[in-house]
Amino acid sequence: MDSSQAVFDGIKKAGIDFVVSMPCVNLGKLLEMIECDPEIIHVPVTREEEGFGIAAGAYMGGKKPAMLMQNSGLGNSVNVLASLYSIYKFPILMIISHRGTKGEPICAQIPMGEATPGLMDTLKIAYVHPKTPEEALKLIPESWILAELGGAPLGILLDISFW
Amino acid sequence: MERIKALKQISNQLEKELVICNIGFPSRELYHVKDSPQHFYMLGSMGMASSIGLGLAMALESYEGKEGRKVVVFDGDGSVLMNLGSLVTIANQKAQNLILVVLDNECYGSTGSQCTYASTTDLKKVAESVGFQKTFFFPESKKNIDFTTVLETEGPVFVHVKVKAGNADVPIIPLEPEDIKERFMEAINLTY
Repeated sequence: MDSSQAVFDGIKKAGIDFVVSMPCVNLGKLLEMIECDPEIIHVPVTREEEGFGIAAGAYMGGKKPAMLMQNSGLGNSVNVLASLYSIYKFPILMIISHRGTKGEPICAQIPMGEATPGLMDTLKIAYVHPKTPEEALKLIPESWILAELGGAPLGILLDISFW
Repeated sequence: MERIKALKQISNQLEKELVICNIGFPSRELYHVKDSPQHFYMLGSMGMASSIGLGLAMALESYEGKEGRKVVVFDGDGSVLMNLGSLVTIANQKAQNLILVVLDNECYGSTGSQCTYASTTDLKKVAESVGFQKTFFFPESKKNIDFTTVLETEGPVFVHVKVKAGNADVPIIPLEPEDIKERFMEAINLTY
């Protein structure tokens, strides 16, 4: 199974209909699929923090939101996750291209790559770590159910080796 | 005029519109002059008001079309400067039901009135330069803000209101964040 197709199918199965995004080279194919889907509103943003704000508004307007992002954008989003998502209990699916993992060619990606799981833990954001397309297809819809029930973000960390 | 007066005058001209209100004293002042389940008061996440408003407006527009309910955002100059990219996204997404009101007192009013760059950088010109086609300006000397034309204008609309620095002596909002969200979502009363 193709990795991008599996994530897309998982998003569709979860019922996600509103996606905010910042690109990553590993998300390129998935972003094209999202953009072409007439049932999904896709909003490219200028910065991840902004995307979380937009997604929170869309949720209150009845949408099921997801963010497509690189893990570097987690650093741009710490305050909105803490002082909007955490205290108001907003759900969102965070589909994260986890750079700085095994096989990373760019040295600047390594520190944030290593810091990402610890940052998620500190922010008390649960995450899953699918290793194969089959796992992603299964875990993404389950993760949205947990996010919505718990009123919290849920991360899908996708390492370089996943793609 | 004072910001609380601008909030009172504008909010009293709103009916069906949904309101997203900026963190700090603006939310406290709005709650004080007029509370409504149709108000979403921000307690944190400085800079996010216009983004939350855009997401809500796009969601509503997807069901109701351009004739649907409008979303009015009360933002501040410091907060807009913290999330300037949001103006670019709003202008490009062209949400027709979004009205972004910037209550500009040229300072960070909730933290002790430290100056922002809004005294020299014209935020209305910034909005126009990133693609807002409908902009309005109300000078600080304006005694009465008539919002009729703004509400009739197809968005996204940028409304620049200069206000006096300083905060009204109003208490903090006695609502839990979850309650603010829940009653707001009930007020939206989605039937789709």
